[in-house]
Amino acid sequence: MDLDALYQEIILDHYKNPHHTGLREPYGAEVHHVNPTCGDELTLRVHIDAAGETPVVQDVSYEAEGCSISQASASVMTDLVIGKSLDEALALHQEFLDLMQGRGQVEPDEDRLEDGIAFAGVAKFPARVKCALLAWMAWKDATAQTLGQDQTTDSAETQESLR
Amino acid sequence: MTTPTHLTDTFDVTASLDVEGIRADFPILSRRLADDRPLVYLDSANTSQKPRQVLDVLAEHYSQHNANVARAVHQLGAESTEAFEGARDKVCRFIGAPHRDEVVFAKNSSEALNLVANVLAWSRGRHRVGEGDEVLITEMEHHSNIVPWQLLTERTGARLRWFGLTDEGRLDLSNIDELITERTKVVSLVWVSNMLGTVNPVGEIARRAHEVGALVVVDASQAVPQMPVDVVELGADLVAFTGHKMVGPTGIGVLWGRRDLLEELPPFLGGGEMIETVTMERSTYAPPPAKFEAGTPPIAQAIGLGAAVDYLSSLGMHNVAAHERAITAYALEQLTAIDGLTVLGPTEAVDRGGAISFEIDGIHPHDVSQVLDSLGIAVRAGHHCAKPAHKRFGVQSSTRASGYLYTTQAEIDALVEGLHYTKKFFRVD
Repeated sequence: MDLDALYQEIILDHYKNPHHTGLREPYGAEVHHVNPTCGDELTLRVHIDAAGETPVVQDVSYEAEGCSISQASASVMTDLVIGKSLDEALALHQEFLDLMQGRGQVEPDEDRLEDGIAFAGVAKFPARVKCALLAWMAWKDATAQTLGQDQTTDSAETQESLR
Repeated sequence: MTTPTHLTDTFDVTASLDVEGIRADFPILSRRLADDRPLVYLDSANTSQKPRQVLDVLAEHYSQHNANVARAVHQLGAESTEAFEGARDKVCRFIGAPHRDEVVFAKNSSEALNLVANVLAWSRGRHRVGEGDEVLITEMEHHSNIVPWQLLTERTGARLRWFGLTDEGRLDLSNIDELITERTKVVSLVWVSNMLGTVNPVGEIARRAHEVGALVVVDASQAVPQMPVDVVELGADLVAFTGHKMVGPTGIGVLWGRRDLLEELPPFLGGGEMIETVTMERSTYAPPPAKFEAGTPPIAQAIGLGAAVDYLSSLGMHNVAAHERAITAYALEQLTAIDGLTVLGPTEAVDRGGAISFEIDGIHPHDVSQVLDSLGIAVRAGHHCAKPAHKRFGVQSSTRASGYLYTTQAEIDALVEGLHYTKKFFRVD
């Protein structure tokens, strides 16, 4: 069993020193997601600047309690999406989702996912995919709520969509 | 790893059980996992493994005797019914029940507890739980002994109250006089905690509850597998436990109840076998236990539970309990010696069951169990369906190791070694 594939150095580094932690103002929406099987919890805020021509992910702040995979994933995600246009961030979300749901068959693009490629090994451990996706699902939920779209998901539905 | 010398007097696995002989009965224990690692199964509080003696009975039932029970006139039906009802007799003797009719088969402990919580709402008798009444539970309950009572009290307007816990992980009985009052209709508590391992003083609490006329319900899911049980001596009115934690199959549990009480309470699920007669307008009901066993029961599973009871009885529950005490004492001794490891619950093997939940500074339980799994060691990580108890101790989740009659000292040593490796892996040494 290849533990090193699961726990890459990048993941352990982000776990030890997570980026962009804490809950900050201003924000458009705040969500609270849990992983009911293990109890991991995440409160996450999204601030979208929609003033310009294209909406921009101005800030993502969070407070999380959970395993190394879920913590590192939240950290890596904020690195990736903060400052990006919303469209770009949503595209990254989809790419990360594809990677996680690819059962280890998807080759990640380092230019796009940066530190996120470290999670490629997680896809081979089905029980841990939920951990890696917790922050991303919360971000998407909070983003949808910020934009006032009618696609708000609650935590349970998120869990459902992850099965 | 050498055995600490002060333990050699008290710890001798072979004194109570022939563990190597027992292990030979459990085919799964000789399984090899990824990287050809032998299985070290320390998740028995979650579900126990099954011996050949149980697996063979299940296979033989389906291959030789399969038929529905209590309604078929043919030979197979008679054989199946005899085996099914025979299992009831075995369970009856195993728990010291005065009458076989007091043994109700359910799907598991959760269903048994839900049965009780529901029929108490529906009862029109003196045990009915309604507005203004109180139900008393404890902060160390498994969710299956919390949620049914929340549902009951929310639906009826009754009030849910609970005993808190001491820092050591025992019930805080200091305010028992405030909690058990004339308004208390039900006291439902766990006998042995699945998370903290605590063995609760059920007899003392039952006596107090009975003084105010309250019913006493006991979740014995972790008790019946590990110790000799006499439900009359216990002093409870209703006792729930499950087969799969006591070397039996999944899908079969037991609700024991005093016969007069079971007769008085209304039915739970309606359907086949629970009736006396049915007209289009109304029905009358069979006496217990059939009254609470609507539909085709888990026949093979009940028969398998009977075989499990035979297996445990052949070992002797006193011996099983002695082995559990010894292995738990050894595990506690070894685990508490690990730097940065904190046991949640009593740290001495006194009034304590075999589940040992713990935290390791700087490593999440999911990560602990993932690394242990890579070494072939199976433990549970998470909240163990006891979120409030975790919250009480300021943690979100924990890692739990739990042994059983087949657990060896060498397996505890493997766990300890695995935890040292885990600490190195996550650089918290």
